[in-house]
Amino acid sequence: MTKDRPIIELNNASFHYQDSKQIAVHNLSLTVEKGEFISVLGHNGSGKSTMAKLLNALFLPSDGQVLVAGIDTAGEDAQWDVRRHCGMVFQNPDNQMVATVVEEDVAFGLENLGVAPSEIRRRVDEALEMVGMQDFASRQPHMLSGGQKQRIAIAGVLAMRPDVIVFDEATAMLDPSGRRDVLQIVRRLNKDEGITIIWITHFMTEATLADRVAVMNKGELVMQGTPKQIFTQVDKLDQYGLDVPPMTDLAKQLRDAGMELPEGILSVDEMVVELCRLK
Amino acid sequence: MLGNITLGQFFPGDSLIHRMDPRAKLVLTIALIVAVFVAKGFLSYAVVFAFILMTAMISQISLKLIIRAIRPILFIVALTFVLNMFFSSGGNVIFQWAFMTITDQGLQMASYMAIRLVLLVMGTQLLTLTTSPIALTDGIESLLRPLSKIGFPAHELAMMMSIALRFIPTLMEEADKIMKAQMARGADFESGNLIQRAKSMVPLLVPLFVSAFRRADELALAMEARCYRGGEHRTRMKVLHFTQIDLGAAICLALLIAVVVLLPM
Ligand SMILES: Nc1ncnc2c1ncn2[C@@H]1O[C@H](COP(=O)(O)OP(=O)(O)O)[C@@H](O)[C@H]1O
Ligand SMILES: [Mg+2]
Repeated sequence: MTKDRPIIELNNASFHYQDSKQIAVHNLSLTVEKGEFISVLGHNGSGKSTMAKLLNALFLPSDGQVLVAGIDTAGEDAQWDVRRHCGMVFQNPDNQMVATVVEEDVAFGLENLGVAPSEIRRRVDEALEMVGMQDFASRQPHMLSGGQKQRIAIAGVLAMRPDVIVFDEATAMLDPSGRRDVLQIVRRLNKDEGITIIWITHFMTEATLADRVAVMNKGELVMQGTPKQIFTQVDKLDQYGLDVPPMTDLAKQLRDAGMELPEGILSVDEMVVELCRLK
Repeated sequence: MLGNITLGQFFPGDSLIHRMDPRAKLVLTIALIVAVFVAKGFLSYAVVFAFILMTAMISQISLKLIIRAIRPILFIVALTFVLNMFFSSGGNVIFQWAFMTITDQGLQMASYMAIRLVLLVMGTQLLTLTTSPIALTDGIESLLRPLSKIGFPAHELAMMMSIALRFIPTLMEEADKIMKAQMARGADFESGNLIQRAKSMVPLLVPLFVSAFRRADELALAMEARCYRGGEHRTRMKVLHFTQIDLGAAICLALLIAVVVLLPM
């Protein structure tokens, strides 16, 4: 390999559910580079979850092509390789835990892959430590908080050593502190471990943390760019049923009221810096 | 309240019995049941009873817990006793009134059956008290695995059992939540006759079932996403292995059966 090829390549991929006339994902083309943190936005029913499942060979495109680490998801017996490269964390923390003991749940994926017991043990301990849940190894899942359950789900995926992890609204059901913990872990995994993150969310503030934001509407990819590029297009976002992050919104209102603030303020910190500069 | 549901009646501990391999415990429990059935005569039953007591002591489980298990079956024990007493013939009549006759053999038979039932329950109680449901599931899966060659779904059965164990607390919590939500809207689950109360359960059960199906759907996807493809080529993190303890226990049981068989009636 000379030049790293993108870890994810969607080439005009489409998907429609059998029992529905409407197409859920239409002609979607998107590439994600290794180590990138990309956030996918879109209102309910815009096809985000369907796209996520295309990346994991849970669904195969009815048209077009999906490549994960260079492997065509539609290839014969490709789905196992694809799923090893591309892990997935779902929205509901309860409905993705299989085992009655935390460490057994983390081990589930490795057991499916037929990894040797001693190696499973090592990787499970390592994964639990990466999400800071090593003290909970022998607890029962139903005794954990939502945020802790999501961290276990992440550990279960991490143990399989994936290149990419897709999070499908993984924080939607969590309280603010659980959400903060999960997000912190995910950012660390991206920065320190170089794991590519695809972060599907409808929280705009979470999307600002990404390197790149993609916006979906009615099954199509309609916008793509850095958070600054995306969130400055307030009118367009509004048209797709999305809000801008609160600070961007505030900056716009202040600007309309006559204050000289630059465009592209996304976070409280940036707002503070710009406001102090005004004096 | 729901935070500390104990599944089954497992009593955690670190005794010799707790540390036994679940497969060994399952097989030896069956052996104990065999011992109970080949035992004839009060002396043999006393030996089996002593064996159970000794095992209970080694496992550091209070006798109360084991005796408590008998309470729900007391009625069945009594019924067995009465039926056997009146309906076995032969032997000398010791009591007769109207159409009822009690013979000495009938009385003996009835006592044997009642004692057997009690010993049986105490023996299996020992197993469930000292083995976690997960270990039990693993043990059953491993014991039944040879049968999967002839098409018996050993792995699937074990997977179903462990998923059921995993989701019982979740669904109970959910039932509790739905019940409270319905009660807040004026639903009444407690008053009325049996039919009315059964009817009032409908608004609880319908959402619970709908949600259970949705959960099953999502869980299946999540399992697939983690490369689940049935039992073939699957390894386990925790490998069961027999130890000296299991060997010792097996020898004890073999001795027990020998004693029980050799003891005079
Ligand atoms: N299981 C399904 N069967 C039929 N249609 C579905 C199913 N799941 C989703 N859809 C439809 O596909 C479209 C995209 O849904 P989805 O990918 O779940 O969107 P999002 O995750 O962005 O909310 C929607 O119009 C939705 O109604
Ligand atoms: Mg979705």
